[in-house]
Amino acid sequence: MAAPLVAAEGLSLERGGRELFRDLSIAVRQGQLWQIEGENGAGKTSLLRILSGLSRFGYAGKVTRTSAVLYIGHQPAVKSLLSPRENLAWHVSGDASYPRNEIDDALARVGLNGYEGVPTYTLSAGQQRRVNLARLFISQVPLWLLDEPFTAIDRRGVVNLQSRLSSHIEGGGAVVVTSHQPLEVACDICRVDLTGSPRF
Amino acid sequence: MRFCLRLLLRQLALAVRRPIEIGQPLMFFAMVIALFPLGLGPDPGSLAGFAPGVLWVTALLANLLSADTVFRSDFDDGSLEQLLLSPQPLFLSVLAYIGAHWLTTGLLLALVSPVFALMLNLSPAVIGSLVMGLLLGTAVLSLLGCVGASLTVGLKRGGMLISLLILPLYIPVLIFGTAAVQASLDGISAVPYLAMLAAMLCLAIALAPLAVAAGLRISVDA
Repeated sequence: MAAPLVAAEGLSLERGGRELFRDLSIAVRQGQLWQIEGENGAGKTSLLRILSGLSRFGYAGKVTRTSAVLYIGHQPAVKSLLSPRENLAWHVSGDASYPRNEIDDALARVGLNGYEGVPTYTLSAGQQRRVNLARLFISQVPLWLLDEPFTAIDRRGVVNLQSRLSSHIEGGGAVVVTSHQPLEVACDICRVDLTGSPRF
Repeated sequence: MRFCLRLLLRQLALAVRRPIEIGQPLMFFAMVIALFPLGLGPDPGSLAGFAPGVLWVTALLANLLSADTVFRSDFDDGSLEQLLLSPQPLFLSVLAYIGAHWLTTGLLLALVSPVFALMLNLSPAVIGSLVMGLLLGTAVLSLLGCVGASLTVGLKRGGMLISLLILPLYIPVLIFGTAAVQASLDGISAVPYLAMLAAMLCLAIALAPLAVAAGLRISVDA
């Protein structure tokens, strides 16, 4: 079996004197979709930030990554002074420079056709999140870490996004997603449940 | 390298679309220098004596005031997280941010400084060494200021802390910058002082981005 794209062994994390999880192990391989569940404050975002490499201290355990990461966090990472097209073309994650027709295509697939050139501050909060989510339709990165990707997205957008997750998994990608909504995807879901973690 | 240029373009586009950010250091420079003749008295002779120091100190403070904003908005909207996750070398990315900051503050200050130098009755013969010194010196100031900005970007009000952290490092630039103008005034060559500034710039280009990169990682992690 191929090496996991990201693997964590024996992860323990404590925040403010509370143990969020202990001795957690996870190995995300190609073609797998992982859903991290747990109530607010259970440590979902912290786990995702550890897996992505943004958090490098303050936890115990070992994380190995063999792939680049596409991370979508709570913040939209969208510049309101730039247009949606410029936001994607000049995106700071910089995994590639995309031709303009691919960018417009990705924006059309998140329902933003007609808005490519307008300043992003004129768009609604949901639309601004869609600008960020358009990266899922253009990026070639195999490993996606998505923190609550469905926040502020309407019902049709959620369906559209879930089918994109399915097709990414089919194409040999891997996804780790935190979400309170039940996922309706074509593939199996591996679950990490942080709800029952030991507490002090 | 192409990514680095793309980032530079992005930062410049952002700056141009919020002209107040470009205008602020220039306005500060103009206002403070306009105040000095009022405070010191209008005697052209004494103004010319103070002019090198006044111009340099004001340029330094204008740079310091704008350094705080370099990473602020990217930190607030999550772009900084994306930058840190990027497979591109962070050293070059950081250099693009600093370069954009210098192009929108230091370069402009150096270009408008002759006008204000004449206003303070500085001899036109020394304006060359003033502008050259400012071009080199403000680049060093931008590099150092961004080190402070990267360390304090996680704090809500980092402005004061930046000053405390960075001001001691600004002092050599100030000393050699004013000395270059003074040397020209005294009729000796300013080249040794400018060479010192250039040497500082080389050192800062090599080392400051490393410190900024480390500072950003700490700030985003916390």
